[in-house]
Amino acid sequence: MSRRAVYIAGVGIHPFGRFDDRDVTQLGQSAVRDALAEAGVGRGGFQAAFCGTVYTGVAAGHKVLGGMGLSGVPIVNVEAGCASGGAALGLGAAAIASGQRDCVLVFGMEKMPRGIIRSSFFPPWCEEAGFSPAPAYFALRARRLMQESGVTREHLARVSVKNHAHGVHNPFAMYRKPFTMEMVLGSQMVCDPLTLFMLCSPNEGAAAVVLSARPAPDGPPIQIRAAVLHSHVPGSALGEHTPMSGLIGDEPPSPTETAAREAYELAGVAPADLDVVELQDTDSGREILSIEELGLCARGGGGQFVADGVGEMTGKLPVNPSGGLLSKGEPLGASALGQIVELTWQLRGTADKRQVSGARCALGHTVGRGANASVIILST
Amino acid sequence: MAQVPIHPGLFTLPDDPRGPRLLAGHCAACGKHHFPAGTSCPYCSGQSCAVEAIGATGTLYLHTVVHARPPGYRGPVPYGFGVVDLSEGLRVVSRLGEASLDALRPGMSVGLEIAPLFTNDAGDEVLSFAYRPRDSGSAP
Repeated sequence: MSRRAVYIAGVGIHPFGRFDDRDVTQLGQSAVRDALAEAGVGRGGFQAAFCGTVYTGVAAGHKVLGGMGLSGVPIVNVEAGCASGGAALGLGAAAIASGQRDCVLVFGMEKMPRGIIRSSFFPPWCEEAGFSPAPAYFALRARRLMQESGVTREHLARVSVKNHAHGVHNPFAMYRKPFTMEMVLGSQMVCDPLTLFMLCSPNEGAAAVVLSARPAPDGPPIQIRAAVLHSHVPGSALGEHTPMSGLIGDEPPSPTETAAREAYELAGVAPADLDVVELQDTDSGREILSIEELGLCARGGGGQFVADGVGEMTGKLPVNPSGGLLSKGEPLGASALGQIVELTWQLRGTADKRQVSGARCALGHTVGRGANASVIILST
Repeated sequence: MAQVPIHPGLFTLPDDPRGPRLLAGHCAACGKHHFPAGTSCPYCSGQSCAVEAIGATGTLYLHTVVHARPPGYRGPVPYGFGVVDLSEGLRVVSRLGEASLDALRPGMSVGLEIAPLFTNDAGDEVLSFAYRPRDSGSAP
């Protein structure tokens, strides 16, 4: 089956943070307005809309577009946990690649409750018994990295220091100040080995992307080479589907690994071809695990990757130049599209002090509840 | 004071002659165990799963200590949380009956305990399960 090329025609983002003076619909509208304006697309200019969100509730995307006089096209709300925006983008890209649509709006927004994420995923007894806190699962995965990948507490702290250093230059990030190793290691212990400053904050924000069968009128044409969503296969007790049991023995491939494999194949690129990566860093350990699962280094090489500074702005493959979720915070439905906005700027060469010089091929990755993992590859 | 399980079908109750055990599903088709027990096998979709009482002891694979109180949690903080390997090939995620990091290490032998975690609004003691080091107190 022949597939049409899919281009990014415009992007928009509402800053990630806390905004008590506006509701989630307004956050979404802000990002949508900016993306449509940049693409030069108005009412009647797009034929479908896909909205990623987790906590917003019934008809979330309809409220955003209805309030702007932009309803009348199919509007599909997509929940895929932390990968919701990536899932929405995949549906939009497929609609264009197949020839069903010529222009599609994809957006995501969220207004998260404060503190440790609470969701309807766990029945009340799981919360009562202590099974529900995400940081506890993050911590177990981090300790597995310490046992099997040579990762140290210093490596975990260094990831946070790196991403916060990047975030200083991102006007859309929630935290824009540098952190030292001492600050990260000395902050409150949440779940050993993860301290408070090694964990991202759930927060609020929105992002939007206009996809088109035609390149944007200005700037280098930016093409979506792959937008893949995978859910888990059973067997891993530590999988993002947070089961209460798994099997001893070889771990089955994670959804990130299988999604990455398919995305690289579809895009015809290898990890070595990437110039810049935005990946899931809900905690410092998650960044290192994502690096390994995406094949940016060998399995077990995550500690060395950090020690060698490969992912720093001066390194061979800058990781999370936006500051990552550690700096931006995580509005679930918006986070994946926030990455795509950042990577679009990187490929256009307009990322200002965060610019990775000469970036031409980029990867965005999110993974979480479901389990769902999305891997998106862009190139000029 | 009455004792009630935090959720039915997870573990044996204190008066059970089999002693403290988890109630796992065992698939007749593929032979794999899963927990909590369900009627369908999560590995092969088989529909012939029997409940088996297993996991009196196990081996600690991974652990952490949770310091911040999670929303909805009714037990004490800090608390241990980890992954325990059972001889049946099952790897179970569990609260740990030991909250000191120094008393936990991968590969150590742990035993299952069914014990009160909190008192509910009706005044009943709510039982939950946890694995506790069997050589607790002796230096590693």
